[in-house]
Amino acid sequence: MTLLKTRGRSPLQAAGSGELEKATEKRNRRTYLALLIPGLLGLLVSFVFPLAYMVRMSFNKGAPDGVIEETFTFDTYLQPLTDPYYWKVTLDTFQMGVTVGLLCVLVSYPVALFLARSQSKYRGLLLAIAIAPLLTSAVVRTYGWMVILGTNGLINSSLTGMGLIDTPLKLTNNITGVTIGLVEIFMPYAILAMISGFGRLSPQLEEAAGSLGASKAKIFARVTLPLSLPGILTAFLLVFVLSISTFITPRLLGGGSVQVLATEIYDQTTGLLNWPFAAALSVILLVLFGLIIAVYQRLTRKIGG
Amino acid sequence: MSEAPLFKPRFNAAKPAFGILVFLLYVFLLAPLLIVFVVSFASNQYLSFPPEGFTLKWYEMLPKESTFMEGMKVSLIVAVVVTLIVLALGVPVALALDRFEFKAKAAVQSFFLSPLLIPSIVLALGMVLLFGPLRLNNTYAGIIIGHVAITIPFVIRTTLMSLATTDTSCEAAARILGANSWTVFRRVTLPIIAPGVIAGGVIAFIVSFDEAVISLFVAESGLPTLPVQVLRYVENSADAAVAALSVILILISLAVVVIVERVMGLRKALR
Repeated sequence: MTLLKTRGRSPLQAAGSGELEKATEKRNRRTYLALLIPGLLGLLVSFVFPLAYMVRMSFNKGAPDGVIEETFTFDTYLQPLTDPYYWKVTLDTFQMGVTVGLLCVLVSYPVALFLARSQSKYRGLLLAIAIAPLLTSAVVRTYGWMVILGTNGLINSSLTGMGLIDTPLKLTNNITGVTIGLVEIFMPYAILAMISGFGRLSPQLEEAAGSLGASKAKIFARVTLPLSLPGILTAFLLVFVLSISTFITPRLLGGGSVQVLATEIYDQTTGLLNWPFAAALSVILLVLFGLIIAVYQRLTRKIGG
Repeated sequence: MSEAPLFKPRFNAAKPAFGILVFLLYVFLLAPLLIVFVVSFASNQYLSFPPEGFTLKWYEMLPKESTFMEGMKVSLIVAVVVTLIVLALGVPVALALDRFEFKAKAAVQSFFLSPLLIPSIVLALGMVLLFGPLRLNNTYAGIIIGHVAITIPFVIRTTLMSLATTDTSCEAAARILGANSWTVFRRVTLPIIAPGVIAGGVIAFIVSFDEAVISLFVAESGLPTLPVQVLRYVENSADAAVAALSVILILISLAVVVIVERVMGLRKALR
């Protein structure tokens, strides 16, 4: 590879033949189609077909025991949109997304700010440690939280051991546990999104404000915070969107008593075998998703422009 | 405020306080992974604290736990095949996107990255519905097809990043010297983009290996993968055998992290 790199600096490059090469290849339609088509087919089979089939399924009628009546009806949508139970599930999902999004931004912001500004030689390592959990299994990390928060877990054992409480706190099988777990699980996403969004933040501006006499608090409120707002917003929306669709953590840490759209979809399929209804719930989740992403894109354009 | 001192005192209490805060947040971020290590070596019969002693019995249990070994086998086969498939499909796509000009290029690119925007539970339901009539549920083919969409964006993204940083003059030189397209790709382009391809490949591997939701929907009853087995075990048992298994899964992830960080940088690859 070193050899190739030296070759890269050949006179050919100076002659701008790289550009020439691109121009000749512009006409080479057959080549790029040959390169694209296998990938397109792969995505068609594993992405487009399943989604299209699911949308179609949501207009069928479901009967008990998994029987599906082929038809075209909006009945499956009527139930989730009229039954107060599903409104509650949707609202709970939404609320969980907002709570997790806010808390996650709150705990990720100092870390992101630290990493964005740090000039330490360990910055690269610390950055890698902060985002490495992204590549670990969500099941494993959720299990870790069950060990920490459970009835005989780290927190309860420590508190009872110290004589601070008599009965263990209920930190799992409820929304508290799910929220704590999700906040931690989505931290790496939030940190990544924030660092990317901190583009205009620079130590020089803060120094300038400081030398003009602004106090630490004032520098933060008038310079640092406004400039990091795009990053904060991106991180919040990313975590919100991830939270409302996550399944593993609400299922394990919620222990059946936290019902959100994702767990409801699962229960409708494996438990009740009501496929069209599960499909309709998924479409609702997708629409919710699309709306939020659309709002987000408008907001970022406003901030950017 | 008006009488700003020219030389500010160097020490302020905010700095160490901020350092401590960041340290505590790191502890929070790594807590579930660290605790799993501790528990996996604790001799307590059931999950509890504090650890009563040191033991390796949970690790010794693993090879005897047939559900784990079966799940490990399924997950490894799936992840290896998925990695090979998405490399074969994704690298050409990245080449086409970087080296050629065509209409709808931006649309094609966002199409290939879009599976990451769709909640995996929704994709999983679509798969199980579509695979039913095709008799693909509870088969290797079903799980593998299910994982292609969610892993291909990583390969395309990392390969595109490597392609963007190289110029095309080496390829032109090789061609002028008489090499055909395949030789140019194999001998010139591939070595240059190797970091992106390797990073994409190992990320695809770990994403597929750790994926739980699609596998749960498509193959829970017939061909459970390791994450699905862990999920079930965690729901039903209270001992620490699963902690030992989790440690092994964390170590595999760690290996992937180190490889990606070495070849192209974790932040660049996961952005």
